[in-house]
Amino acid sequence: MGAVLQVVLVAVGSPLLVGMMRQVRARLEGRAGAGIGQPWRDLRKLVRKEPIAPDGTGWVFRAAPLLLAGTVLVVAAVVPLVSTTSPLDEVADLFAVVALLALGSVALALGALDTSTAFGGMGASREMIVLALVEPTILLSVFALSVRVGTTNLGTIVTSAVADPLAVISPASLLAAAALAIVTIAETGRIPVDNPSTHLELTMIHEAMVLEYAGPDLALIEWASAMRLSVLLGLLTSLFAPWGIATGNAGLLALLLAAVVVIAKVALLGALLAAGEVFMAKLRLFRIPELLAGSFLMALLAVAASFFLA
Amino acid sequence: MNLVGTLFCTALAICALSALAGLATPTRLRLPLAGLGTAGAGALGTAAGLAALLGESWSAWLPELLPLAGVRLAIDPLAGLFLAVTGVVALCAAIYGIGYSRDGLDGRVVQAAAPLFVAAMLLVPAAASVSTFLVAWELMAITSLLLVVADHRHRSAVGEAGLWYGVMTHLGFVAILAGLLAFAAGAGGESFDQLRQAELSPALRGTVFLATVVGFASKAGIVPLHVWLPRAHPEAPSQISALMSAAMVNMGVYGIVRVGLDLLHGGPVWWWMVVLIAGAISALYGILQAAVSADLKRLLGHSTTENMGLVLIGVGAAGLFAAWGNAVLAALALTAALLHVVNHAGFKTLLFLAAGSVQRATGTRDLDQLGGLRTRMPYTTGLFAVGALCASALPPGNAFVSEWLLLQSLIHALPTSGVVGAVTMPLAVGVIALSAGLAVATFVKAFGIGFLAKPRGPEAARAAESPPAMLGGMALAACCCLVLALAPTAILPVLSHAVAVALPGPGAVTGEVSLHLAGISSVISPLLIAVALGVAVAGTLALTRVVATRRVRRAARLWDCGGGPMSARMEYTATSFAEPLQRVFDNVLAPESDVDVTPVKESAYLVESVRFRAKVPDRIERRLYEPVLSVLTFVGRGARHLATGSVHRYLAYGFWALTGALIMLAVFQ
Repeated sequence: MGAVLQVVLVAVGSPLLVGMMRQVRARLEGRAGAGIGQPWRDLRKLVRKEPIAPDGTGWVFRAAPLLLAGTVLVVAAVVPLVSTTSPLDEVADLFAVVALLALGSVALALGALDTSTAFGGMGASREMIVLALVEPTILLSVFALSVRVGTTNLGTIVTSAVADPLAVISPASLLAAAALAIVTIAETGRIPVDNPSTHLELTMIHEAMVLEYAGPDLALIEWASAMRLSVLLGLLTSLFAPWGIATGNAGLLALLLAAVVVIAKVALLGALLAAGEVFMAKLRLFRIPELLAGSFLMALLAVAASFFLA
Repeated sequence: MNLVGTLFCTALAICALSALAGLATPTRLRLPLAGLGTAGAGALGTAAGLAALLGESWSAWLPELLPLAGVRLAIDPLAGLFLAVTGVVALCAAIYGIGYSRDGLDGRVVQAAAPLFVAAMLLVPAAASVSTFLVAWELMAITSLLLVVADHRHRSAVGEAGLWYGVMTHLGFVAILAGLLAFAAGAGGESFDQLRQAELSPALRGTVFLATVVGFASKAGIVPLHVWLPRAHPEAPSQISALMSAAMVNMGVYGIVRVGLDLLHGGPVWWWMVVLIAGAISALYGILQAAVSADLKRLLGHSTTENMGLVLIGVGAAGLFAAWGNAVLAALALTAALLHVVNHAGFKTLLFLAAGSVQRATGTRDLDQLGGLRTRMPYTTGLFAVGALCASALPPGNAFVSEWLLLQSLIHALPTSGVVGAVTMPLAVGVIALSAGLAVATFVKAFGIGFLAKPRGPEAARAAESPPAMLGGMALAACCCLVLALAPTAILPVLSHAVAVALPGPGAVTGEVSLHLAGISSVISPLLIAVALGVAVAGTLALTRVVATRRVRRAARLWDCGGGPMSARMEYTATSFAEPLQRVFDNVLAPESDVDVTPVKESAYLVESVRFRAKVPDRIERRLYEPVLSVLTFVGRGARHLATGSVHRYLAYGFWALTGALIMLAVFQ
């Protein structure tokens, strides 16, 4: 029940989240903005267009958007956003969630390589390097979070955080939160790691990979990227600010209430991220490893804190 | 003789017959006879191993077979596991070899040595005394050396690879020999049963452990003893590469587990810290070298170093937990390590065989020249994709399961392991995570550059699909990978019998669909992840079918910035794909580049030609081996002056040596 609600919420709400973030940015930059519903209007337009098969591309190119969307949908069902009891909680833990998201990136990178354009290769290469460097931070943050509860399954981690609210502001948890926040920015391709609104070849990562996609395929990728952003932001709020999430066998009303709360939290976090982006420039590609090394250090300190300060 | 013994002895006999068939039959019959014989021996070896894993053990003493010591054989579940893995790899590789061997690889020596190599690898885990073990080990080394140099007429690199391999494997053999002889002398007997009951001083135990670990690590390709591996594995014929990289390296792990955990019953913390650190360094260094390598088979060889490193992290962690008294976690870590051995054998067989198909079809292993094989070799492409997915430790691949188990054992060690563990375990997790991330990048490169896009060279453009025997061998390996990936719960209870030989206790992993761990409440279900993923992808496909009204795909030109059609030279290559990574890890890899500008004769400002060469040398080889080699060469040159050809001088040497010996006797007696 909760899982279905989550998937629907993420599927419907994530383009709105992207629209909201663009709107916040536009207003802060003194523009009128296109409105919150613009991403949905874009998706409708793209879906009605003709599907395109660029010369020389094959099944890998076609399957990549499907696999990308599929992995995000599975993750949306596993991650506790509205409710901590998911039927898939026993199926996939936090490691599996991380690996599934990586699988989506790999699919897109292979699709980009299949086009045989220089842009595709460039985007795939950069995406894989960011993915490789992000991995240690994520796994160490998982380490720091799971030491306290003795499991890596998300339901239990979030439930214990609800039961013990003070644990959320422990040094280990705060450091892990900071590390995971940087990782989330890197994984979703936001400033300062990647700029979602650029098409300048020197700086592109994600956009370079999807350059050859058009029509419904592009719609699927845009939708999946939006879902990825909202799932990761939702995961951050659930891990470090789980208040209001439905635990146990919650009724329909409690689930709806939890849904409203999580929408508010994710919207707030998204607005903060968008506002932050206004004041920042994208980093040079070869400065990104330094940023990620910093986040790795924080994750390492988080593990150390969870042991020495426990 | 029980079932295990019968199967095992039949497998050995068939290997001998296949070797005879390889020597004696004409070329037309040689390939199918020797190949099918080896495949049959592999299948029987697997059956023997599985029967042993299920609890039926077998032992035999044949005092007449070898002078002085005789031959002692025993197959317990731990030996059975390695027998089964070797058997399956041999089965796949032998079927593949029937279609693969041509151009000199179908000669008598190669076809006779391959079954003997398989027989030696079946004998190593079955050996139950020091002498039998050493004989089997040396037989394995010599037969594999013969096979490595099989292709020496066609490529000059083969001879060099054979030399490196021969020297390194024999230095390793010396270390194992020294260690095991000291052990046997201390124990007063050479059968493994006597060694198990031996009471040795801690110093002797430490020496035995260190010496054997050095020898076994050199066989497993552990840094810094790995230098032979990325040379020898790629230069061997591909089915032999698969046998070496998926089965032979496992014997190094087997040796460490057998001697360290079973015969010596574990040891102090520092032993296992050495193993764990060596594993961690190998995992990182191996995958970094693989990530920047543009040679497909060399890349796979480096990836073997990485995976053996991950296995040794597991073995080292198991030993550490046992030393700290945490038996449950120790069993889990060893289960993870052994499962990773099995998983690695599965996907590395598949990948090496597929790489061999590419090499056979295109004549090159250089990723920068490949590409566009998706349309020309569709089955090989699909099979390589399965292997690459498994090797990059992503769900629904098989390595994901074993790395998940390994991470669980490391993460949950923290509360009980003291300060040493609190420092080691997070770093080990970081190493595993970074190597997993780099493995993803590596295999995206290998598959995406090697098989997708357009052909980058004329050879790749002329490629054709492999014959059915080769596809059959690869498909069998792919099926094994899929079973391991989706149904690890069927294998893990059996695997726990092998773990119990080294670390007695109940199984660490239970569950029918989900993996439930003893003492840890983390749960996943690889099968259901795959099912959920399949449902989600199918749902998305159905959704796009419903929503998108226009179905027919229109062909379109690629975006070429208005500059006309794109040529294959504009594509990203493996080198350019790895370039950012090479820059990030600049300090570790120390790449070398060399720009050579030739100006026109009349003016220094006009350039006639530019040559650019880039190379990523193996830094450990450069810093560690080259100085040693140059010292040895220097000493060798110096020694030449001792032998000038003058008979008087030689007589003087004899005189002084005799006098010296007499003086020594007079002084010390």
